[in-house]
Amino acid sequence: MLLSVAFFISFSLSIFAQDEASADASGDQQEQAEDSGEPSDDAGASDLGDPDNGKSIFNSQCAACHKPYSDGIGPALNGVTVRHNMEWIHAWIKNSSALIAEGDPDAVAIYEEYNKTAMPPFPGLSDSDINDILAYVEQPKPEPKTVETAGGGEAGASGSGGGVSVNVILGILVFVLVMLLAVLFLVNKTLRNFAEASGVTVPEKTKGKPIWKAFVENQFLLLVTSVVILLGVGYFAYGFLMQVGVDQGYQPIQPIHYSHRIHAGDNEIDCKYCHSSARTSKHSGIPSLNVCMNCHETISEVSPETATEEYSKEFYDGEIAKLYDAVGWEPSERTYSGEEKPVKWVRIHNLPDFAYFNHSQHVSVAGVSCQHCHGPIQEMEVVYQDAPLTMGWCINCHRETNVKMQGNEYYEKIHEELSKKYGVEELTVAQMGGLECAKCHY
Amino acid sequence: MDLMRSLFYKSLVVILLAGFLVSCAGKDKPNYQYFPDMYKPVGYETYGEYDIFVNQQEAKLPVEGTVPRGWMPYDYPDTPEGRADAKANLENPLPRTEENLIEGKALYTIYCAVCHGDNGEGKGILVEREKILGVPSYDDAGRAITQGSVYHAMYYGLNTMGSYAVQTDEKERWQIAHYVMKLKNELEGGEEMAFEEVDEDAMPNKTSAGVMRAQQHMESNQATQPETSTTNN
Repeated sequence: MLLSVAFFISFSLSIFAQDEASADASGDQQEQAEDSGEPSDDAGASDLGDPDNGKSIFNSQCAACHKPYSDGIGPALNGVTVRHNMEWIHAWIKNSSALIAEGDPDAVAIYEEYNKTAMPPFPGLSDSDINDILAYVEQPKPEPKTVETAGGGEAGASGSGGGVSVNVILGILVFVLVMLLAVLFLVNKTLRNFAEASGVTVPEKTKGKPIWKAFVENQFLLLVTSVVILLGVGYFAYGFLMQVGVDQGYQPIQPIHYSHRIHAGDNEIDCKYCHSSARTSKHSGIPSLNVCMNCHETISEVSPETATEEYSKEFYDGEIAKLYDAVGWEPSERTYSGEEKPVKWVRIHNLPDFAYFNHSQHVSVAGVSCQHCHGPIQEMEVVYQDAPLTMGWCINCHRETNVKMQGNEYYEKIHEELSKKYGVEELTVAQMGGLECAKCHY
Repeated sequence: MDLMRSLFYKSLVVILLAGFLVSCAGKDKPNYQYFPDMYKPVGYETYGEYDIFVNQQEAKLPVEGTVPRGWMPYDYPDTPEGRADAKANLENPLPRTEENLIEGKALYTIYCAVCHGDNGEGKGILVEREKILGVPSYDDAGRAITQGSVYHAMYYGLNTMGSYAVQTDEKERWQIAHYVMKLKNELEGGEEMAFEEVDEDAMPNKTSAGVMRAQQHMESNQATQPETSTTNN
């Protein structure tokens, strides 16, 4: 009784706690929104132009090669109005190669310094556009917003943060129970004192047989207990034998800490972007490092908001550095050294060699979602095997799933004949012969 | 009675042992197997690791200059000149059909929309989250993209954009190019382009783009051969 009450209290409390946490998180977001609103007002006072407009132009036209505060393909732009005069900057942006051809010493020097990479002309930018861009890049480098990241961390942790508050609640419950015990003990003691004072004799307990002796002498109880124990042993032994060779939950440590949570979850990159061969091949391969470099040529460090309590920004940046090491990419010089070391990923989902599984006919033809077999992969920081991948698991799905016949001319005739034979509208994989041994085991 | 007691203790030990064994399967390493007769492959696995190969990689590079069936090398080089050449002269071999556009849209959503956005205006989710910047819109007048330049950029990559030749095949890239031109047309507010009528027998869908191009190559070679022979004479 007491336990159930305690259970109920802990439940309702944790729900309250979660409500509070989410309220906190939304509050943080509001504060963030206000924060981000402020600096634009201050910086609008710059004499060059409108930095907000400049930022949007910069992000769409310039940011492919330039960053405000660090070198990219082109030089860092912060401080450029100090290094060069305005007329020169305007002429350079509108047509840099013409300046170089004229033999302008500054222009030639920059051209030589940055590997003779020509900057494309931007005749479409007006003078005020260029001034807006300059106003944006001349803003002092913003301090890392510590408040904001803390808020982000809290908001991110609110999902798992439930564990902490549950611990606190349990601690409070234990405290309450101990207090109750103490109170009961005290009440008992005072009652005894009263009894003594009023001359009532409390009946003494008589020592009986020890409980185990009584138990052993009762043959019926003994029989029932041994039957229960036998059943229990059978249950556990069977359970033990049934999990031999099942790798559900297998979660090895990979050579690079690749986070599906960040890529597929936060950034909503489609699964087939990296695992592109799932569409066409039996194997849904691990992407080659060239796919990594499609994006990570420009993304060399994670943003502070990505870091969690468990994994810091430094940790993630180090993992990206491991990628650069494997492909031989020099981020400072933006060149490949040619020294490649393939990353030895650890394969998690393994079928025995005598089973044939084809990704493309499940993904492209049947349209099965990735999560159906691989679990909530977009929430996994480190990937584990979600499904057991046992034969019973495969067959279950083949019994319950209907074949996607619409728009597939291969099935036109077969559907007509088989649905007549079985008397059904839609055919499951099993009715199509998806349980035959040779379909998967040859 | 002694016997009973020892039986009781024995069963306790068995239960504890079973519990211990069940907890044995850790999550860091694969579970143990019972007589794994045909579990390990005898042949080489596609992504396997074997000592006899360079870098222990089972996947080996084909010899340079070889041409597998159903595939033709891409003739335009990865240079500014090659890009200008492709932009001016390279045409989409696929007809502009609804089917090709639907396929192109699906592929575009997977591979391109993360940066270029669903409408092609350069505002994909990665740009919106400020992970990758400097993605131009398809209607950018200075770039004036064509089918050929779109294909060239997909094949080799351009500046900070990487190559997508690994993730897509030739036919898929041309389907994407069709869809990109549709997006460009929409961004520019142009009139909707009509679908082409295709004679099913003349252009069988099953033939891969590479084979089609190989056939065209042959035909054009045959057409030009008499001319070259006359010039030689």
